[in-house]
Amino acid sequence: MSMLELRQVSKSYGQGSAEVHALHEVSLTADEGAMVAVMGPSGSGKSSLLTIAGTLEEPTSGEVLIAGQPVSRLSRGAKAQLRRRVIGYVFQDFNLLPGLTAAENVSLPLELDGVSGRKARVAALDALGQLDLSGRAAHYPDQLSGGERQRVAIARAMVGKRKLLLADEPSGALDSVNAESVMRLLHEACKNAGMTAVVVTHDAQLASWADRVLFLRDGRVTDQTAPAAGPESLLVPDGKQ
Amino acid sequence: MSVRHAMLALLSEGPKYGLQLREEFEARTGEVWPLNVGQVYTTLQRLERDGLVESDGTAEEGPQKSFRITGEGEQELADWLRTPPDLSSPPRDELVMKVLVALRMPGVDVHAVVQAHRRYLVELMQQWTRIKEDGAGTDLSMLLAVDAELFRLDSVVRWLDAAEGRVKRAAADGTLTWADQANPGDQTRAPLPRLRREMRTRR
Repeated sequence: MSMLELRQVSKSYGQGSAEVHALHEVSLTADEGAMVAVMGPSGSGKSSLLTIAGTLEEPTSGEVLIAGQPVSRLSRGAKAQLRRRVIGYVFQDFNLLPGLTAAENVSLPLELDGVSGRKARVAALDALGQLDLSGRAAHYPDQLSGGERQRVAIARAMVGKRKLLLADEPSGALDSVNAESVMRLLHEACKNAGMTAVVVTHDAQLASWADRVLFLRDGRVTDQTAPAAGPESLLVPDGKQ
Repeated sequence: MSVRHAMLALLSEGPKYGLQLREEFEARTGEVWPLNVGQVYTTLQRLERDGLVESDGTAEEGPQKSFRITGEGEQELADWLRTPPDLSSPPRDELVMKVLVALRMPGVDVHAVVQAHRRYLVELMQQWTRIKEDGAGTDLSMLLAVDAELFRLDSVVRWLDAAEGRVKRAAADGTLTWADQANPGDQTRAPLPRLRREMRTRR
């Protein structure tokens, strides 16, 4: 089943001569358990695509479906619930709240959704444990390294068995080893926990963790990779080298 | 990679048999570079001739013959490790040529040309990344070899991104110029040969 579908989504800002077209008839499907990367230079519309997919903004035209449901037909309340229960967001600059511990940051979305403090804490500790952060639960963001902060942010995006993970340059602020472990975690969240992830990035090494890479240019999807061949295709046959 | 120095490196850990050297070479390079027995023995014979390894002279040629590194061999290995490979002259890069040619051909969409290459490179990178996923996580030599390939391919993608950005900006500003257009009489001064001449004089 497709967890996220964008049908002919366009987005423009401003009017008349000042009108800017951020997206032109973008279509995209991400099935359950799939990791999709959207690659493009700055200004290509990557972030608009993600905010529209995450129901944070409405498209000018076209339709967004989450788990088969057209978002435009949902009430404000239902949309807010979708954002709290189904969708997890990961940003480049982590966006953790500084006055809260790692565990409090992770349990916050559940508590906002009305889950009791105790249950939310148990779920938060479980999510932190999955990301190897059990020992960091009581630490504040400024006591964590960049890589740890981003793992806390991923735990926050996954907590409460959410289904759709949207990530905007999730490892942009990290060195290459930490960036890789962030991508590996997102990949495992898809393969093992059945999440669906859409990651936007300009970085080909990070995009290459995805099952499928879409190329965005000037607000249009211009191309995409073929279904990935296995690594065996890289091995050199005997005697060729 | 130099098989000669790889053999010296393996022997620097202690004496080994020829067959063992071949197996260890393949295992440590993640079996990415297969090696035939003939290559191993020819290399060992040359190393012995040059005084870099020695064998227990009594045993017959074959898998039972044991080799060890000499002091001279250890020195050779240490020197090799610290000698940078020659990266000074730019390689004749086919992809660079294609993009430069595409830019000058009327009716060719440079972005489509760039994208065709970018897609291919990213697909290759996806395949290399699959190796990291598939449990190669603890094999350090394998991870480093895969990283090297990913960084190499990534640098080409980044060059394409930069090239596309530059072309887009130049087209928008109307500042697209060619060396030969600046000197219309001189048809031989195409950008690449000139670049090569300049690189050479700098060396």
